[in-house]
Amino acid sequence: MTDFLYQWVLAPFVEFAFMRRALVACLALALGSAPVGLFLVMRRMSLVGDAMSHAVLPGAAVGFLIAGLSLPAMSLGGFVAGVLVAGFAGLATRFTEIKEDASFAAFYLLSLAIGVLLVSGSGSNVDLMHLLFGSVLAVDDAALLLVASVASVTLLTLAVIYRPLLLESLDPVFLRAVGGHGSVWHLLFLLLVVLNLVSGFQALGTLMSVGLMMLPAICSRLWAASVGGMLLAAFLIAALAGMGGLLLSYHVELPSGPCIILLAGLFYIVSLFVAPQGGVLPRLLRQRHLES
Amino acid sequence: MIRLENLTVSYRRHPAVHHVSGSFADGQATAIFGPNGAGKSTLLKTIMGALKPDAGRVLMRGVARRDLAYLPQQSEIDRSLPVSVIDLVSSGHWQRSGLFGKVGRNDDDASWNALVTVGLEDFATRPISALSSGQFQRVLFARILVQDAPLILLDEPFNAVDATTTADLLRLVERWKAEGRTVIAVLHDEQQVREHFPQTLLMAREVIAWGDTAEVLTADKLRRASDTAAHWSANAPVCRVDGVRP
Repeated sequence: MTDFLYQWVLAPFVEFAFMRRALVACLALALGSAPVGLFLVMRRMSLVGDAMSHAVLPGAAVGFLIAGLSLPAMSLGGFVAGVLVAGFAGLATRFTEIKEDASFAAFYLLSLAIGVLLVSGSGSNVDLMHLLFGSVLAVDDAALLLVASVASVTLLTLAVIYRPLLLESLDPVFLRAVGGHGSVWHLLFLLLVVLNLVSGFQALGTLMSVGLMMLPAICSRLWAASVGGMLLAAFLIAALAGMGGLLLSYHVELPSGPCIILLAGLFYIVSLFVAPQGGVLPRLLRQRHLES
Repeated sequence: MIRLENLTVSYRRHPAVHHVSGSFADGQATAIFGPNGAGKSTLLKTIMGALKPDAGRVLMRGVARRDLAYLPQQSEIDRSLPVSVIDLVSSGHWQRSGLFGKVGRNDDDASWNALVTVGLEDFATRPISALSSGQFQRVLFARILVQDAPLILLDEPFNAVDATTTADLLRLVERWKAEGRTVIAVLHDEQQVREHFPQTLLMAREVIAWGDTAEVLTADKLRRASDTAAHWSANAPVCRVDGVRP
């Protein structure tokens, strides 16, 4: 039994440095992305993460055109593009009658079109594939440092803005009435979203990094009944999906990014049935009600 | 404490509050009364700071904007979030605790006492999604108790609330009056206004009458309010009071 476990679960990490790096990258990504995703879900912005992941593309492409396959250049470009889209969408929401989700849709589509033009105008398809799907098994020191830094910044920032951010998700009118500067926290939070997507794209690609952000967060609601519990659950699910996805990709020789997201997705499907907070099975086996 | 100077607030150039001037009596309860579309909620939101006036201003002396407690008409509270009743009530400590400030034992006691006052102590740990609308209104009143604000704005606080709950919540309004707080409430029930609110602002975009409730809620003034409302027109000319713009 222990032999079996060792061979299937531990050996790949013990024997190969690239697997260890990938594992560290996944755990750090989980630490930063999961709470950000959870706040996206609680603020009813689940699809905004998706929109932002597309918005990052042209910036990364510009970085690629200028500096080649350089992580700092592509990350910086992606970050700038993401911030621009978030900023324009925020301004449009604030000063017109367009709702936030519609603004984000409009600006990310614009951004995506520019991105695809830039990529198709220059590089080969291999580059585009790399940009879209990443390669967690090729994470180098620089990428690891970026992912770890972003996770640290995310956790520290969330610790500072946790109270107003939660209150703004729960009751925006109240926060405004008591002079709580709702939009400041919102903007800071959007910055965190962009940062985490950028940190994820080397490992998982622009399209897949949003998966590690959203799927565990959505899942967590089915497992925990408090915000603290959900934060913990989201991280654990993301970490498990990361580790399991790496092992899966190692053993069956499939691309690692989609494997990770696939596992997170499968976990969601299973949760829908068995999870204690609103899963289907617990509902069928419902306990008898109490005295009035 | 609160004075309105020639206040005009409009939506797409159509005024909802039109050249309103006057003062709210300090430490007293004032009802804002009038037909639908009279600008009552708009006025409250402007005092609260959520809407910007087109012209004129709201002067607040001796009270900062953050010293007011505001109960919106339709709360935008997302009740699907996993937040307990006691946590929501405790958010009333925000003005004192802010970003980092500790919510200490005294504050916890205050939250608990507020829940006891509104009769929901047994619901403290339940999620807010499990409450009825009347119970939820009690929770929001408990938060106002926790906020301990000298100025309290209530926008149609008794909508969709049964008679028992309304009576209980009106007792809280009486208590705030006794404590010398200024209460301003948008109401639709004339009886409630006469019984619990010594001052009334009767408006139909403009001020129809403002003063002692008994002198404001007379048959001819109420008729004037509804007549004014009946004559609102979709293609009104540019307001003359401001002068014709070039």
